[in-house]
Amino acid sequence: MNVTIVDYNSGNISSVINSFKEVAKHKVNIEVTSDLNKIKASDKVVLPGQGSFKSCVDALNKINGLSDTLNEFVITNKKPLLGICVGLQMFADIGYEETETKGLGWIPGKVSKIDNQKGKYKLPHIGWNQINIIKDSKIFKNIENKSHMYFVHSYEFIPEDKNVIAATANYSSNIVCSVEKENIFGTQFHPEKSDKLGLKILENYIKI
Amino acid sequence: MLKNRIIPCLDVKNGRVVKGINFVDLKDAGDPVEQAKIYSDGGADEICFLDITASNENRDIIFDVVEKTSKKCFVPLTVGGGIRSVEDISKLLNCGADKVSINTAAVENSKVVIDSSKKFGSQCIVVAIDAKKNGDKWEVFTHGGRNNSGIDALEYARQMEVNGAGELLITSMDRDGTQVGYDIDLMSKISSKVNIPVIASGGVGNLDHLVDGIQLGKASAVLAASIFHYGKYSVKEAKEYLDSKGIPVRI
Repeated sequence: MNVTIVDYNSGNISSVINSFKEVAKHKVNIEVTSDLNKIKASDKVVLPGQGSFKSCVDALNKINGLSDTLNEFVITNKKPLLGICVGLQMFADIGYEETETKGLGWIPGKVSKIDNQKGKYKLPHIGWNQINIIKDSKIFKNIENKSHMYFVHSYEFIPEDKNVIAATANYSSNIVCSVEKENIFGTQFHPEKSDKLGLKILENYIKI
Repeated sequence: MLKNRIIPCLDVKNGRVVKGINFVDLKDAGDPVEQAKIYSDGGADEICFLDITASNENRDIIFDVVEKTSKKCFVPLTVGGGIRSVEDISKLLNCGADKVSINTAAVENSKVVIDSSKKFGSQCIVVAIDAKKNGDKWEVFTHGGRNNSGIDALEYARQMEVNGAGELLITSMDRDGTQVGYDIDLMSKISSKVNIPVIASGGVGNLDHLVDGIQLGKASAVLAASIFHYGKYSVKEAKEYLDSKGIPVRI
C-alpha cells in the first residue's frame, strides 16, 4: 500500500513524516511528494497543514493542478484522505484567518477564531486536551474516550452538518477536533505529536 | 479540559547532555536522544533542548541530535540556544523540531520573530525571556544572561505577543539554579499581561514549586531541569503530585 503525505510547503511536516514512518514499519510505503501522478496513484493521502488557513490554501494553490488532483482523489474516486490541523480546516468552504479565504469546500462550514471569552482563555490553544469521541470513527478504533491529544491552534472548524463531527475538545466551548465524512477524515489535534495514542490513530488510518 | 504541561529541559553542549539523568541503567548518560526518550516514555508533555554549545565549529551537531530525537520521541520537541536567523529556525524545523525558542535574536532584531512566525506559524515560535529584577521592575537579559538590555520585561513580553510569538518561556535569572522556586510575582505579572501561554522556568527545587508556578504564577506549563535530571523526582511523580493538588495534568 502507498500512503502519500502531500508536501506543498505548508510548514513543518517532518514530525508527520517521522510518525507515519514509525507506524508504517516496512509494510506500507510512505511517500512524501507534491507530484500529481504519485498522488493519483496512491491508496491514501495525508494532508498536513501548519501556519495560517490562508498561507496553507495559498501554498496549495501555488502547485499547479494540486487542488484539482486532490478533488478528484477525494470527491470523484472516494479514496481516503486524512487532514491534520490546518489540513482539516481546509475541508471548509471558507476560513477567516488573516483574511477571508476560500477552502476546498469538501465539508460545508467555516473556520473562525476560537472565542477566548475576553482573554479568559489563552490562545493559541496549546497542549494536551481530552477528546470527547462522539462518533464511532474508524480512526478511533481502540482509542478510549477522553484520551489526551496534543493541540496547537487558534482557529476552529465549524461544520454545518453536525453529523460529520467525530470528536470534540473542551476549550472555551466544544471545539470540533475530529471529523469523518465518508472517505474524508480529519483531526484538529496532532496525532503525530500525541505519543502512543496519537500513533495508534495514524496506524488506524493506515489500516482502513 | 486543557491540561497543564510539565516540560523537562536538557542542556546540550557539543551534542552531549551536560546535566542529565543519573540512572545506572542508562547505556550512555550523555546521549540526549536516549534521555529525551526516557522523559517522553515517562509522560513528559514536551521535551526541551537548550543548546549551549559555545564554539561555532560544533554548532551543527545539534541538527543531528534533533533529527535522531524526532525519530524516537512523539511528543513536541522545542529547541533553543544560538538561534540567530530565520534560516536557523528553518533548519531546526526541517530536522524535526516542532518549536524553536528564540532569546537574544528576538531582542536584537524584532524581524526574526515577525518573519519566522509569518513563515512557519506562531505555533512553533517560542520567545524565551531571561528576566532579572531591578527595583520594582524586571529587565531583559541576553547572551545567556551576560548582557543587560535594559528593556522592561513586561512591556517586552507584550511586544513579543504582538510580533507573533505563540508562547513565552520566562526564566527568572534571580532564581535560576537556586532551587528556591519560581519568581511567582514575575510569572503572574507576565501571564496577566499577555493572552498567549506562559511557560515558567528557573528555580525549581521541589514539586510544590511546580504547583506554585501554575496556581500562583498562572503559568500554562512548567519547565524544570535539575529536579528531573538527578533522579530526585520522576516526571510521573511530579504529575501525580500536581494531580493530588487539583491541577489538571495528563496522566
